[in-house]
Amino acid sequence: MSLADKDRIFTNLYGFQPWNLKAAEKRGDWDDTRALMARGQDAIIEEIKASGLRGRGGAGFPTGLKWSFMPKEPREDRPSFLVINADESEPGSCKDREIIRHDPHKLIEGALIAGYAMRARAAYIYIRGEFIREAETLFAAVQEAYDAGLLGKNAAKSGYDFDVFVHRGAGAYICGEETAMIESLEGKKGQPRLKPPFPAGAGLYGCPTTVNNVESIAVVPTILRRGATWFSSFGRENNKGTKLFQISGHVERPCVVEEEMSIPFRELIEKHCGGIRGGWDNLLAVIPGGSSVPLVPAAQIMDAPMDFDGLKELGSGLGTAAAIVMDKSTDVVQAISRISYFYKHESCGQCTPCREGTGWMWRVMERLRTGDADISEIDTLFDVTKQVEGHTICALGDAAAWPIQGLIRHFRPELERRIRENDGALEAAE
Amino acid sequence: MADAPQIPDEAEVRARWGAFAWTPENAEKAKTVIARYPAGRQRSAVMPLLDLAQRQIGAETNTQGWLPVPVIEFVAAQLDMPFIRAYEVATFYTMYNLAPVGRYHVQVCGTTPCLLRGSDDVMAACRNRGMVKGKTTPDGLFTLTEVECMGTCTNAPMVQINDDNYEDLDFDSMSRILDDLAAGKQPKAGTQNAKRHTSEPEGGPTTLKEMVEANHDYRSEW
Amino acid sequence: MPKVTVDGLEIDVPQGATVLQACELAGKEIPRFCYHERLSIAGNCRMCLVEVAPGPPKPQASCALPAAEGQVIKTDSPMVKKAREGVMEFLLINHPLDCPICDQGGECDLQDQSVAYGRGATRYDENKRAVTEKYMGPIVKTVMTRCIQCTRCVRFAEEVAGVEDIGAIYRGENMQITSYLERAVASELSGNVVDLCPVGALTSKPYAFEARPWELTKTLGIDMMDAVGTNVRIDSRGRQVLRVLPRVNDDVNEEWASDKTRHHVDGLIRRRLDRPYVRKDGALVEASWAKAFEAIKAANAGSSVAAIAGDMADCETMFAAKALVNALGGSLLEGRQTGLDYDVTSLSAVNFNTTIAEAENADVILLVGTNLRWEAPLINTRVRKAVWKKGAKVFGIGPEVDLTYKIEWLGNDASLVAKLPKAALDALKGVARPMLIFGGGALSVPGVHGAALALAKSVNAVKDGWNGFNVVHFSAARMGALMLGYAQPGGIKDIIAAKPKLAFFLGADEVDFSAFADTVKVYVGHHGDKGAHAADVILPAAAWTEKDFTTVNTEGRVQRSEKAVFAPGDAREDWSIFRALADALGVSVGFDSFAECRAAMIAAVPALGVEGLADYGWSEPKLPAKPEAREIPSPIKDFYLTNAICRASPTMQRCSDELIHGAEYAEAAE
Repeated sequence: MSLADKDRIFTNLYGFQPWNLKAAEKRGDWDDTRALMARGQDAIIEEIKASGLRGRGGAGFPTGLKWSFMPKEPREDRPSFLVINADESEPGSCKDREIIRHDPHKLIEGALIAGYAMRARAAYIYIRGEFIREAETLFAAVQEAYDAGLLGKNAAKSGYDFDVFVHRGAGAYICGEETAMIESLEGKKGQPRLKPPFPAGAGLYGCPTTVNNVESIAVVPTILRRGATWFSSFGRENNKGTKLFQISGHVERPCVVEEEMSIPFRELIEKHCGGIRGGWDNLLAVIPGGSSVPLVPAAQIMDAPMDFDGLKELGSGLGTAAAIVMDKSTDVVQAISRISYFYKHESCGQCTPCREGTGWMWRVMERLRTGDADISEIDTLFDVTKQVEGHTICALGDAAAWPIQGLIRHFRPELERRIRENDGALEAAE
Repeated sequence: MADAPQIPDEAEVRARWGAFAWTPENAEKAKTVIARYPAGRQRSAVMPLLDLAQRQIGAETNTQGWLPVPVIEFVAAQLDMPFIRAYEVATFYTMYNLAPVGRYHVQVCGTTPCLLRGSDDVMAACRNRGMVKGKTTPDGLFTLTEVECMGTCTNAPMVQINDDNYEDLDFDSMSRILDDLAAGKQPKAGTQNAKRHTSEPEGGPTTLKEMVEANHDYRSEW
Repeated sequence: MPKVTVDGLEIDVPQGATVLQACELAGKEIPRFCYHERLSIAGNCRMCLVEVAPGPPKPQASCALPAAEGQVIKTDSPMVKKAREGVMEFLLINHPLDCPICDQGGECDLQDQSVAYGRGATRYDENKRAVTEKYMGPIVKTVMTRCIQCTRCVRFAEEVAGVEDIGAIYRGENMQITSYLERAVASELSGNVVDLCPVGALTSKPYAFEARPWELTKTLGIDMMDAVGTNVRIDSRGRQVLRVLPRVNDDVNEEWASDKTRHHVDGLIRRRLDRPYVRKDGALVEASWAKAFEAIKAANAGSSVAAIAGDMADCETMFAAKALVNALGGSLLEGRQTGLDYDVTSLSAVNFNTTIAEAENADVILLVGTNLRWEAPLINTRVRKAVWKKGAKVFGIGPEVDLTYKIEWLGNDASLVAKLPKAALDALKGVARPMLIFGGGALSVPGVHGAALALAKSVNAVKDGWNGFNVVHFSAARMGALMLGYAQPGGIKDIIAAKPKLAFFLGADEVDFSAFADTVKVYVGHHGDKGAHAADVILPAAAWTEKDFTTVNTEGRVQRSEKAVFAPGDAREDWSIFRALADALGVSVGFDSFAECRAAMIAAVPALGVEGLADYGWSEPKLPAKPEAREIPSPIKDFYLTNAICRASPTMQRCSDELIHGAEYAEAAE
């Protein structure tokens, strides 16, 4: 079983062809969008629900269901907004970038349809600041769409007025969290808000808002064109559709590739990445869903299905389907410690456990890397991760805690070995 | 706090930048930016305007630009927001430079996916040219910063220099890029791996091969 | 009314209550640092975590979670205990344990809560973070390494004080609270952040290293720096007042106090009049009480006696002086030292009728000739609340000043009161709760008072359940003085015209003394200031912290203050001075003790015997209503130096130099 090219949504994923409107139209984008919209708002939401599409930003919340939380009759003074999360900053993730720079019209068309379905007045695409060239492409593509009458008043002749604006970030991972993104869009520091209220009730400018990932929105037009049944024919139950996988690290040929959901890890690597560097026996561990999820040791991951439930069963998660592969040459403690540094660097500083905990965890990790620690500190560290996890305003605390928990769970002997060796070296020196 | 930026002396900065104003071209751009947000929500434009201001200063100083305090105040005043709120924004996001940088801002990604693929070698190539993390070279040419994941993990390791990414690097290709920049040449952006186009597997895509040659329309096969 | 269960106890909570409030209603203590009743909810300290079902299987921040029907809340479960221990440990890992040298010691939330909820020992073995100090002005001392980033100060500055000068810069563990560019916080309310700070990051600069809280005697008082009547606690040790802190009174000051209220106290031990003086050959020389009384007797004034009350005069003092003047056969009493002569036939027409607490419910507000921020800072916060929280619109007539909210200025022309621009008039007419506020500056212009009353009528500002006509006084003594009859129809001019042979100046320093050249001037007060310099006889009296007294604030609220310390040297409480002087002059004032003095006062003016709002009814005197077309003056030139105590206070002097004059110098330099 393998996904056929005809069933791939992002046909210009690698940018061999131009991104512009003309080329995109030739690939099938903006093909009678008006007719898709004419099905009606509720019908579109139902179709998306039926397709089984789950949010592609990491949390995997059912997309159609999320849209249905938006008010059916927005008030004049309280318009609804769609915010598209293009703040792709999770270490390992690099799929939205490919959509934006090579197939931006899929995103823009999706924005119109999704915005229409949730009765939004406008969409803001929040693109991370470091995607400078990508943002240039996106600005140009949006302008093309306006010039062609696909956005703005009577967008795509649908009779619906809809605007799409691009907003560039300026370097803050936390703005990928939906309420931090809204704060940032309002011109503030990207500090997550307390929930409730949820964005669907009070989001951007206090108005009803839905925040969706780029990939979730960009697949919408194709799902509507080909039908919910087509999309749900891929993947296991509850894990439907096609998905952009990103494989980095110690594979022969790292790449981004669209595959069927639930594809076994081994198949994904063999088919597209030329295998593990040094062969499967050389595989140490994989972080299967971007830096926030716990690593999975080689033996467990090899034949696991790459989907939400399959990876959850392994104590990890699909996240953004960004697999970071580590072979046996990896200093796994350093690899995780570097992730800890990342979270320390990106903590917004608002709430106590994350502000104080991320720094503490990283500092202990750095000592564990060299073995300059006491065996008991492994348990202390684990306890500290538990004190952060679930105690913060947003999920960054959890994301900082999980990789360390995964490391301790699976590589405790390695940590202890380093400590003992370090002690031995010290004794020898004395 | 060791890595906190050293904010330049306020009096000197005010003397130099106190009279900052948009160039006519940027004044227009600023208007366009503000128009993206609903009336009365002009504060939303603070991030794009700070970026625009930093770029204008970059152009004036032939560097990558930075944000002196009076310039932050200029932007805040235009958006009718308290200075402290704009200052908070400028200090929160990493892309705003609070101190001057060099002609080229060399931002080497050091996060795990790049680390696994050899970002240490990229860093070594920078050090080899006399660059020091967090500092600008004496000739004002390069400022070296280690940054967090830049979202090009399947093309690791990578560096962002000014507005362009250079990907799939090693010690040699990084050295060559720095040599080119120092010599006033513009190296080719994107992947430095001759066997790759963008993020497809090295040696050619395993999927969508038709797309390499022509803008294939798959709809006929649906 | 949702019904929730807290630790097994089922209770009804008000609609809109949070889980934290529900827990408090159930009698459970919920530790917190960032949460504060009077500030917006930040939810960032995570100390108030509790277990709530239904909900995610993790502890919830109770301060931000709405209480909902059927919730089962646990505050004593192992999960909650562990969560609190965890947060406490995080708060402490980078907090310097420098309690022995920290002024917050003994009244520190972090200390108290770590004892109650912490784990007792640290497991943190790394270096601690150090943060550089941030200059915040003459009032607030910073030790930022102690900061736990609760952001109460940031929220206070933005929401209550209305000066967006404090923020949190950088991010993550590098986040720092600072004033903008480490400049002084330009607020008359800055000292409140010291109370709000749950740790020792922001402490009181003037009070630094003065005392430990357990050494202090705490006395309940009423501030006399302005006519708000801020409820305070006077903290003293031995004979010295070391600090003044606000007490909670939701009807008056909520829990705030102005910087002047807090920090004039170092003026209480400086330039004090601690013995009587008598002028001899043009110079004031020390004298005994007997000699001083003789000098007064020598004036041979008969019934040609007057009493003029200063801004800080309390009711008992004014009553005692009045009793003496009356006993001598005189009746010249005045409290408006600077020459105001507005009509006082109806006290309701010169009262802050809306009441301070209700002011925050006004819909449209017209300010006439008042720098509310200086004249009554804690009424200004109420107006700000009306604007900030409820969207009230504010119009202003008078000199343009920054009151921290948006004001549509109509011009500085007193005649505008009689011919308000249509937009403003319509706005006032179109709402249920219009509020008009007239300052002393406005009432100083002839015709304004009458026009003000006419305006109140035309916009229907006075009706059932709402009285929107307000005069805001600046002098703490004012309403009490008016109730005691300290007002001549023509103001102090009438007294000057009567050429009294003898006049008592009750801490009155702002009088034009040259008009009393032929009068024997007796200054009864506590500070060697303008009044003492002009006096022929000085009788040293007690400052407001040195006596029991009654006072009435600008809304007619009768309040009592208690004696915290003794007056210095030979100084005496005011009532006893007049009692003794009566003997010396051979008359009787009718009381022999403070209690008798107060009882006599209450017998004369019963309203002064009932704490709370005095009922003046509502009546409008018929007054000329054609204001002159001229500018309205600002009575206060310098907020920090408005009375003799302030002028003796090094802290107030520094505030004045730095925040009022320094700011001007800085602007001039640019």
